[in-house]
Amino acid sequence: MNTVGYAAIVLQVGAVVAGAPLLTGLMRQTRARLEGRAGAGVLQPWRDVRKLLRKEPITPIGTGPAFRWAPPLLVATSLVLAVLVPLVSTDTPVRARADLILVVSLLALGTLALALAGLDTGTAFGGMGASREMTIAALVEPTILVAVFALSIPAGSTNLPVIVAGAADQPARLTSPAGLLAIAALAVAVLAESGRLPVDNPSTHLELTMVHEAMVLEYAGPDLALVEFGAQLRLAVLLGLLASLFAPWGIATGASLTAVLLALLLVVLKVTVLGMALAAAEVFWAKLRLFRVPELLAGSFLLALLAVTASYFLGTEGGAR
Amino acid sequence: MSLIPAALATATGLGVAGAAAGLVLPQRGRGAVVGVLTAGVGVAGGASGVAALGGSRWSAEIPGLLPLAGTHFAVDALSGLFMAVAGAVVAAVAVYGVGYVAGHGAHGFGSRAAQALLPLFALTLVLVPAAASVSTFLLLWELMALTSLLLVMAEHRARASVREAAVWYAVMTHLGLVLLLAGLSVYASQAGGETFAALRVGTAAMSPTVRGLVFVLTATAFASKAGLVPLHAWLPRAHPEAPSAVSALMSAAMVNLGVYGLVRVGFDLLGGGPAWWWLLVMAMGGLSAVYGILQAAMASDLKRLLAYSTSENMGLVVLGVGAAGLFAHAGDKVLAGLALAAALLHVVNHSAFKSLLFGAAGSVLRATGERNLDLLGGLRARMPITAGLFALGALGAVALPPGNGFISEWLLLQSMIHGLAVPGVTTAIVLPLAVAVIALSAGLAAAVFVKALGVGFFARPRTEQAAAAQESPLLMLAGMGLLAALCTALALVPGLLGDGLDRAVAVVGFAGTHPVSGGGLRVRLDEVSASLSPLWVVAALTVALGAVTATTRWASRRQRRRMNARLWDCGGGAPTPRMAYTATSFAEPLQRVFDDVLAPEQDVDVTPVRESAYLVERVAFRNRVPDRIEHRLYRPVLDFLAAAGQSARRLAGGSVHTYLGYGFFGLVALLVVLVVGW
Repeated sequence: MNTVGYAAIVLQVGAVVAGAPLLTGLMRQTRARLEGRAGAGVLQPWRDVRKLLRKEPITPIGTGPAFRWAPPLLVATSLVLAVLVPLVSTDTPVRARADLILVVSLLALGTLALALAGLDTGTAFGGMGASREMTIAALVEPTILVAVFALSIPAGSTNLPVIVAGAADQPARLTSPAGLLAIAALAVAVLAESGRLPVDNPSTHLELTMVHEAMVLEYAGPDLALVEFGAQLRLAVLLGLLASLFAPWGIATGASLTAVLLALLLVVLKVTVLGMALAAAEVFWAKLRLFRVPELLAGSFLLALLAVTASYFLGTEGGAR
Repeated sequence: MSLIPAALATATGLGVAGAAAGLVLPQRGRGAVVGVLTAGVGVAGGASGVAALGGSRWSAEIPGLLPLAGTHFAVDALSGLFMAVAGAVVAAVAVYGVGYVAGHGAHGFGSRAAQALLPLFALTLVLVPAAASVSTFLLLWELMALTSLLLVMAEHRARASVREAAVWYAVMTHLGLVLLLAGLSVYASQAGGETFAALRVGTAAMSPTVRGLVFVLTATAFASKAGLVPLHAWLPRAHPEAPSAVSALMSAAMVNLGVYGLVRVGFDLLGGGPAWWWLLVMAMGGLSAVYGILQAAMASDLKRLLAYSTSENMGLVVLGVGAAGLFAHAGDKVLAGLALAAALLHVVNHSAFKSLLFGAAGSVLRATGERNLDLLGGLRARMPITAGLFALGALGAVALPPGNGFISEWLLLQSMIHGLAVPGVTTAIVLPLAVAVIALSAGLAAAVFVKALGVGFFARPRTEQAAAAQESPLLMLAGMGLLAALCTALALVPGLLGDGLDRAVAVVGFAGTHPVSGGGLRVRLDEVSASLSPLWVVAALTVALGAVTATTRWASRRQRRRMNARLWDCGGGAPTPRMAYTATSFAEPLQRVFDDVLAPEQDVDVTPVRESAYLVERVAFRNRVPDRIEHRLYRPVLDFLAAAGQSARRLAGGSVHTYLGYGFFGLVALLVVLVVGW
């Protein structure tokens, strides 16, 4: 098959793997600066990974295979996502397999693995985190899939590269009411899936509020490194996905290496801007009470539903209905 | 060509022989012989189903078997699909049952009656889809209901709840039969014949009102058999109380026949209908999907949870059937074929994982005597194989890759998403809602099975029974292993079904789209396309998992030895199992979110000490999530009937003179009516 396509995948996965901790570092640094702190520097997440990997692996007494295998599985699902999601090129050897529903399901698989690990510890914290995480995940699912539905209408497919390439071809799709509503709904869903404010606060360890952190409280050493790395990968891939869907300009659609390299540069830039914007916004947001989160998600679900009906009733020129 | 009748005759012979063996044989060896013969019924029935899926057809009339009407049989690919599913489930569950019955003694599932009924029940499961006339169908249908009812009652000596469940099941299944009898009688009288062939021909001449009446009556009856809300009330009672092997058969094979009936009568015999039929069906399916899984999320009883999940999955299937009807009504036979294929594929997948899950639940019940998740825990260390098998079944049930449920739900979603090509405001409103329903039920199913697996099997045992659990006997594991292999095969190579799915869809006149082929799924319509390759997903995940573990090992190569450490205890001493999250606490956030739908009942009793109202001696907290639909819908009817019965008791005072008086006045009244009325 085409070598450029393979090169695009390798570059994309390399960029995601190397860049995900940097993205988190950048977001923390942005936040620190906006709050008047010096911050630990952009490289801190990589230093954390190195430190954790050097510590001895620890198995808490009474835990089983679910606890052991959840972190690698989380990272593995994120890596498969990093391969599938078209960030730099829509013309890759895996383009036929990059189904949006599959992408959503793989995300859920990672969440589910961690929730099982949380229950496997048999502590109150683990169960609490798992219960909250699964509640939120269950409620996010309708939003995501209806938004997927809305996005797939103009493209006539749930295949991601087709959707992205179509949007790059016809930017009018994005500025249509349906496109805007779908993006807004998806953005809220991405916040919930990646455990950011206002749904979950990744830097809290307070019993009343923590969701993701409660699940992974028992992890230490290399396992913790994997859990954190997995979460960073997910955030990077999700922001990249949002960038590709919302601002696909510059993504390579052919077999030209320069286009791929340019696209890589652009996607890094786009994700950086998105990440910094998110970090800046988080300074001003408070975490929602857990039982207010459903209201937020119901709102975003409504947006997604409106997106589908809008795309139907307002007509869709240039796309198969 | 002659395989189908031969296999069906073999199945019948083995079923009858099994029933005789169950009655005659002494307790020693009874279970084994009956199990082998029942497995034979499954294999033979499954073989005829597979042959029909492969393209053979067979029909026959056996006039002497029943007075007046005779019996008619016909097997096509649609019947074949349901026969193959029922056969496979029966064969695996029969093997499981041999191990299950060994520990049961002479009562309950091991009794003469239960063992004699099991092969008959298995036989009816296989034969119902082969019936080709109203009388044959109704006879087999009722035989299936009766045998399953008696099997549900098998353990009636052990628990009073079994008797209650059996009464519910008996009443509801017979109300269903009455509706079915009424609907099919009207149909047969209007069509001028009672064989399915005559019905097909006669439909054209019937008025839309009569057709609508027939459809509503039969669809209601079939929906009740499939356990659809609001006719589900029997299902979460009867399925948990039946012996686990019977639960597996009921949840994985019997409820399917409700779907079969709906497809056979709705599409094949009536030839489709107006949009409102199918909107009604979709509404019922959507309601069942969401309500069923919500109740499952609240359930702490493992088997009750699985039963509600059956309601959910049948809801999804019926949603697909309804969508197919809607598309067919709009004239899009290709999309209709896709939706129906997705629904049928989900029937197959659901049967595979649900029978496995019920099997594993039965193993747990056998090992601990406990179905309440709040009292289990820690089973993965004590019953590792059962836990692994349950995890495999749960993976299918949560509709995530690489489970088998994901494949059919993906296809279902694709058919809905592409269904927007059908013009009309109705589809534009209904389909997004249907997608949302599927998504919400999938999301909640993930929470449900994380709860079942994480609370029931992981962590540490919460009670002594759970701590003393031991792995199940080999035959039970073997039966579950067969089902697990089936789940895995369906998950990885759905193309194994080959063209069977297309043939089944073609029976009702829809176009086959070859959605499954080889190792993948492909949806190809005029302007849209989508594809999914489960094998690739599994391979990619495996490679990624290998890469991650290898990299981690390499990076932390200086620290090879894993250390064991205590759980973090906040400095307060080792946490006890009582501190772990239970199924109830796990479900609490969801219960709060869906407070208005579920209407949970909570009581807090605070008892102060006698000396002071401010010092609390005891606090009691009760939390119950009753089935609200059942509560609101059934309770008033039951109360009314009970009140009517009570007031009628005054008429029966016990005096013979009064009764003679009733007879006299009754006769006079009748004569007066006759004289005046003439």
